[in-house]
Amino acid sequence: MSPSLLFIVLLGLSALAYYLGRTKALRAAAGRGDGRLHSLPVYYGAYVALWVGLPALIVVVVWLVLEPQIIHLLLSARLPAAALGLDPARLSLLIADIKNHALGGITSTTLSPELRGVADYFSSLRTAGLIGMPVLSGASAAGGLMIGWRHINPTFRARHAVERALRIVLIVASTIAILTTVGIVLSLLFESVRFFSQVSLFEFLFGIQWSPQTALRDDQVGQTGTFGAVPIFAGTLMITLIAMLVAVPIGLFSAIYMAEYASPGFRSVIKPVLEVLAGIPTVVYGFFAALTVAPALRGFGEGVGLDVASESALAAGLVMGVMIIPFISSLSDDVINAVPQSLRDGSLAMGATKSETVIQVVLPAALPGIVGSVLLAVSRAIGETMIVVMAAGLSANLTANPFEAVTTVTVQIVTLLTGDQEFDSAKTLAAFALGLVLFIMTLGLNVIALRVVRRYREKYD
Amino acid sequence: MTDILAGRALTDSTAVARLGKRHRAERRFKCYGLAAIFSALAVLAVLLVTIVGTGYSAFVQTYVQLDIEFRADAIDPQGTRLESDFRQANYAVLVRDALVAHFPDVSGRRDRRALAGLISSGADIRLLNMVLRDPSLIGTKRAVWVKASADLDSFTKGQIPRDVPEDERKVSDLQITWIDQLAAKGLVEKKFNFDFFASADSREPEQAGVLGALVGSLLTLLVTLALSFPIAVMAAVYLEEFAPKNRFTDFIEININNLAAVPSIVFGLLGLAVFLNFFGLPRSAPLVGGMVLALMTMPTIIIAARAALKAVPPSIREAALGMGASPVQTVSHHVLPLAMPGILTGTIIGMAQALGETAPLLMIGMVAFIVDVPGSFTDAATVLPVQVYLWADAPERGFVERTSAAIMVLLAFLITMNILAVVLRRRFERRW
Repeated sequence: MSPSLLFIVLLGLSALAYYLGRTKALRAAAGRGDGRLHSLPVYYGAYVALWVGLPALIVVVVWLVLEPQIIHLLLSARLPAAALGLDPARLSLLIADIKNHALGGITSTTLSPELRGVADYFSSLRTAGLIGMPVLSGASAAGGLMIGWRHINPTFRARHAVERALRIVLIVASTIAILTTVGIVLSLLFESVRFFSQVSLFEFLFGIQWSPQTALRDDQVGQTGTFGAVPIFAGTLMITLIAMLVAVPIGLFSAIYMAEYASPGFRSVIKPVLEVLAGIPTVVYGFFAALTVAPALRGFGEGVGLDVASESALAAGLVMGVMIIPFISSLSDDVINAVPQSLRDGSLAMGATKSETVIQVVLPAALPGIVGSVLLAVSRAIGETMIVVMAAGLSANLTANPFEAVTTVTVQIVTLLTGDQEFDSAKTLAAFALGLVLFIMTLGLNVIALRVVRRYREKYD
Repeated sequence: MTDILAGRALTDSTAVARLGKRHRAERRFKCYGLAAIFSALAVLAVLLVTIVGTGYSAFVQTYVQLDIEFRADAIDPQGTRLESDFRQANYAVLVRDALVAHFPDVSGRRDRRALAGLISSGADIRLLNMVLRDPSLIGTKRAVWVKASADLDSFTKGQIPRDVPEDERKVSDLQITWIDQLAAKGLVEKKFNFDFFASADSREPEQAGVLGALVGSLLTLLVTLALSFPIAVMAAVYLEEFAPKNRFTDFIEININNLAAVPSIVFGLLGLAVFLNFFGLPRSAPLVGGMVLALMTMPTIIIAARAALKAVPPSIREAALGMGASPVQTVSHHVLPLAMPGILTGTIIGMAQALGETAPLLMIGMVAFIVDVPGSFTDAATVLPVQVYLWADAPERGFVERTSAAIMVLLAFLITMNILAVVLRRRFERRW
């Protein structure tokens, strides 16, 4: 039985259990004479339904999680001695072959008779799994029904029991956020540690040569791979800087105009339209950068005698800057609006013009908030992927010329991980090391930005 | 006293000049603001005009009318009328014969191949399907509209200009004379490109469509919605209504806020390391894509849901509690239904984000070239933005307009979702 069908069946069983529990409670109450129940009848139904559905669901989920691991272990134990000497990558390839053979798919090599025996064993395991999972979850559902059913009587505090269970479910749901963070940190750290056992941390952070091609076979020469990430960091920095040079002035001036000058009607139209810029998928910006902006820049460069690469840092940076504008404008708009009116009134009363008030009074008061919004925008720019993947280059040049092609952390992660390669090579692990750097940088920027904004808020509230 | 000072200040010529200068600075400053806004709007306009300008032509497709003779000796030489025999037949011969009938003087291998290059290689499939549907066609001669090849399509749409030297364009002079002759007979026509919405990806631009990606996006979003909506609402309810104020709940809050700012590609790395390599889930599957996107959108929905719950005034809670409802009943019967419009608005916005997201899906292998429309959550699939990315990378000229057209489809969905969110907010928003 397929898992999705099983889920539906379990849902149906729970509905049935709900009906049974509710009926039994009503009958029992009617039998008692006064017709009184401790809780509303729905709670008795829900109580039994929880006993039926929840344990069975947990059984299915645990089964689905553990099954591949257990099958892998059992199959490895059955393999002939010669296969056990293989390195993990080849072993998993062999096991994949065995599984394919058992399922009637295409295998990369023809299997020896011994291995066919293992394949048959796998088929029997699979059948056992297909039968075992529904049977086990069905048994737990039946057991749950029995327990829940027996608890029901008119004095049973069903509401308390159901609410307690509900509260536990709520707590579990809110810990998913923690689990996600832990998952991100652990997976990045784990793979990065493996990377740094092959490449020294010093080389990664300070080396200026990045060519991640490693030799596929031992007899290949000249493809040892060097992992000095400085050119990548420099490229990321340059594109981010270009993006900020576009986004900060435009975003800030838009925010000032919106907050200080614009009429409410103008504001209510223009603000959502500007936010459309933030809602456009980044892949669209990437296409725009590659199709329109980059050729235009190249043509312009030819016109004035500059050599502009077709995947220049400038094109990617400019388009990314446009994408970032609404982040800066709407956050800055909020902080400028939060500056107390009394400060403006004081300044205007002293005879200052509106622009003088803005420059000399409002902006200094709003500065921490604006700095915070710029930092958030920087972190957004560093983590942005699709624009740079489509419009920036792949080769890691260490250059300060915005007309040349540079590469970024996110571009390298994508190119290292899309394509066919062994998972354990230094090349793919490098992507996780870069991901860790990216995670730490953006997290750091966010923490700083939130601190700055919060301190500012405390001052005026 | 003041009058004297004011009079002096106004007559003092340097003061007047200074005031004028300050007022000019004021006007300049205001102009900078307007210029900033309008430059941002101008870029938005250029972006949209470029996309629509390059993409609208993909919604029509050039067709050529050919008199196809469904020769029995080519389709079914043994006369078995079996479906398997129909499938093995060589329909390209029929197309070629029909073309040669128009241009009987074309000879030589190269010229014949150039002639066959006018028609899409997918025309065979169309003929096969016609025969399968109606075997009585065999032995008859019918006028059939078949798709033109991508090059001919680009040529008739004017994307391949006529006046450049022959070796710089993909359509040869000879082919142009053939096209002109066919067009003069009224046999070349541009029709609505229905196949663009009814077929999946293909290596041939004229046969590629967005259906596969649309279905992939739909499946992926279903998984995302099914996971992120209940979990996010439950988390928001717990944090806003039940959680005691302690270290643990503070820690959860910090985590949620940080997750909202983690770059999306990092979620892709998480999916690759945990879902694919550790749990061994299938690559390229909407199931895994949906799970990754669910983790990514959950913070957005939680934050929106908490804001909506916070907006419900405490008097509602107090009244319910006063009537004897338990805290759980108070929340589930009163607070949550009142907050639902706000929560749904946040959810739709989160889903729109997930629909436009590309980077994390590249990490879990949803970039594969897939010709089939995915049928289940574990089939290999791709999604709309990834399809855009794939087509943007394709070298063929015909994919440029299709990329833009796919973007238009994507934007149409995003606009619909956002309008829905706005309508929902306007319609059900309550001011307390």
